[in-house]
Amino acid sequence: MTKTLKGIAASDGVAIAKAYLLVQPDLSFSKSAVDDVNKETDRLQNAIDKSNSELQQIRDIAAKSLGEEEAQVFDAHMMILADPEFTGAVKQKIEEEKVNAESALDEVSTTFIKMFEAMTDNPYMQERAADVRDVTKRIMAHLLGVTLPNPALINEEVIIVAHDLTPSDTAQLNKKYVKAFVTDIGGRTAHSAIMARSLEIPAIVGTDTVTKDIKEGQKVIVDGNTGDIVVDPTDADVEKYQNLAKEYAAQKAEWAKLRNEATMTADGKHFELAANIGTPKDLTGVLDNGAEAVGLYRTEFLYMDSAELPTEDDQFEAYKNVIEGMNGKPVVVRTMDIGGDKHLPYLPLPEEMNPFLGYRAIRISLDRQDIFRTQLRALLRASAFGHLRIMFPMIATLQEFRQAKSILLEEEKKLVADGVKVGKFEVGIMIEIPAAAVLADQFAKEVDFFSIGTNDLIQYSMAADRGNEHVSYLYQPYNPSILRLVKHVIESAHKEGKWAGMCGEAAGDPIMVPLLVGLGLDEFSMSATSILKVRSLMKRLDTKEMAKLAEKAVTESLTNDDNIKLVKDNVK
Amino acid sequence: MEKRDFHIIAETGIHARPATLLVQTASKFNSDINLEYKGKSVNLKSIMGVMSLGVGQGADVTISAEGSDEADAINAIEETMKKEGLCD
Repeated sequence: MTKTLKGIAASDGVAIAKAYLLVQPDLSFSKSAVDDVNKETDRLQNAIDKSNSELQQIRDIAAKSLGEEEAQVFDAHMMILADPEFTGAVKQKIEEEKVNAESALDEVSTTFIKMFEAMTDNPYMQERAADVRDVTKRIMAHLLGVTLPNPALINEEVIIVAHDLTPSDTAQLNKKYVKAFVTDIGGRTAHSAIMARSLEIPAIVGTDTVTKDIKEGQKVIVDGNTGDIVVDPTDADVEKYQNLAKEYAAQKAEWAKLRNEATMTADGKHFELAANIGTPKDLTGVLDNGAEAVGLYRTEFLYMDSAELPTEDDQFEAYKNVIEGMNGKPVVVRTMDIGGDKHLPYLPLPEEMNPFLGYRAIRISLDRQDIFRTQLRALLRASAFGHLRIMFPMIATLQEFRQAKSILLEEEKKLVADGVKVGKFEVGIMIEIPAAAVLADQFAKEVDFFSIGTNDLIQYSMAADRGNEHVSYLYQPYNPSILRLVKHVIESAHKEGKWAGMCGEAAGDPIMVPLLVGLGLDEFSMSATSILKVRSLMKRLDTKEMAKLAEKAVTESLTNDDNIKLVKDNVK
Repeated sequence: MEKRDFHIIAETGIHARPATLLVQTASKFNSDINLEYKGKSVNLKSIMGVMSLGVGQGADVTISAEGSDEADAINAIEETMKKEGLCD
């Protein structure tokens, strides 16, 4: 039976393929006594052997398709599997207490997990608890005769169906075979959505129930442009969507012609279209899509993808790769933005009532100067290799900016004294806290540039948690209140001869772009895959007309919806 | 039995990569090999055992090997320790 589902369209494109459910099986069991102890330890050994050969297989495939680094996690798993203290303890428990293998395994693994988690002064060890958990799951699945999803083993085209996708899930996927993502939860800014956009595959998130609605192996159509999912499609459906996919591919080919063109409006005004990236690997997409700059390099992934604080040299290599890779085009690097919804296993942060209003980003950096100075030194060293713009996140007050900048200049002086080459660089701030937006005229005298982070600026202005679905209606980027803040920031920058950019989702949004052109925003930074679409849109815009439109949007419109209508009526 | 004392100088102690490599080295030998720290002794062929000791910078540990290849085992372990910068 064909059925249709609806979710949030999070990445463009149309895909048709079989569903692959990335869902954990039920691993529950009951404790029982056993008479034949030998039979039980044999059963355990059998499960361990199967787990081992499975891990070996996954490891080999992962090394080939994903690289040695991603494969190393499986080495760690095999080592635990071979650990005499671990599996030996399970065996001993079966023999001494005459209990079934499942409960012996569970008790031993719980002991180790607790022990590792208790080492709060040693974050590396705390992380090993996750490895023990993963290995236990694998042995348990074999004991219970259920199958764990092994995404690393996928070898045919699939649509990944999951409750949510974490970075470690996506790290194991062979991108060649993954045609689309569909998840139960998440919004346009979820990891799965960002990942899909960088892979240029369609994604639909926030479907609530898709893991229950779709069965393994069912044929599925995903339309990432509209958020429609068709399960078990008819031949007519398939034909219809194949045509849509063709149209979309044709449009993309049309956009691709703009790759090497400068971004010009109909009246010949130039705007800088930049890309947001998370790792040096994203550079390929940036260059393929004809970006004129990197407008936001989120350095927190360097910290999140590591088992301990990344060293100055590791960071230097990453920054240098990006800066050099851009070949003289500017690169905005945002210093560490940890806290809020992003955590590091090895840097325990205090439990907070309101993490988004708490210890986060520059607030951590100014407090933990050891971490901050390491990052700044790496950045300064990398500045010699191209055009670097350093940006501080979550600045609320001038004092914070001055302190951050003086630490930066201190480190520069030290490096120069040590004979290290430091290049020229600009220093700017993210505008995401309303207090900084309101005081932009004063900030503009001291910074080199502003970059407006819309997601946070909206959430803080509306006092609405962007992850809370009950208040998601308050995510209103076109609300005149938000546009007035944006206008003030841009005008303040221009008054002091500085530039203003935007690096939130809104910068690539077809409704927002005409308004931002009208307000005179200088730089637009977005997912690399949105760049050509926006370049094509800008070619049709006239800056004087857009200035009039933006003036209306700021002074006459009353609501978010007024402005959506205003743009739709006036921009074709 | 072969016994040797080590003073750990690595900033992060015995953990992560060095711990893994020590266990891998120890596992190549037939001898029973133990790591002793603060009166507790663990099997050096067990990654969980080694890591559970939480050996930090400045710690004094003793490694002992007993078996047919005990001398080679201790030498190989010392070499790994030095190569990984765990001790001088």
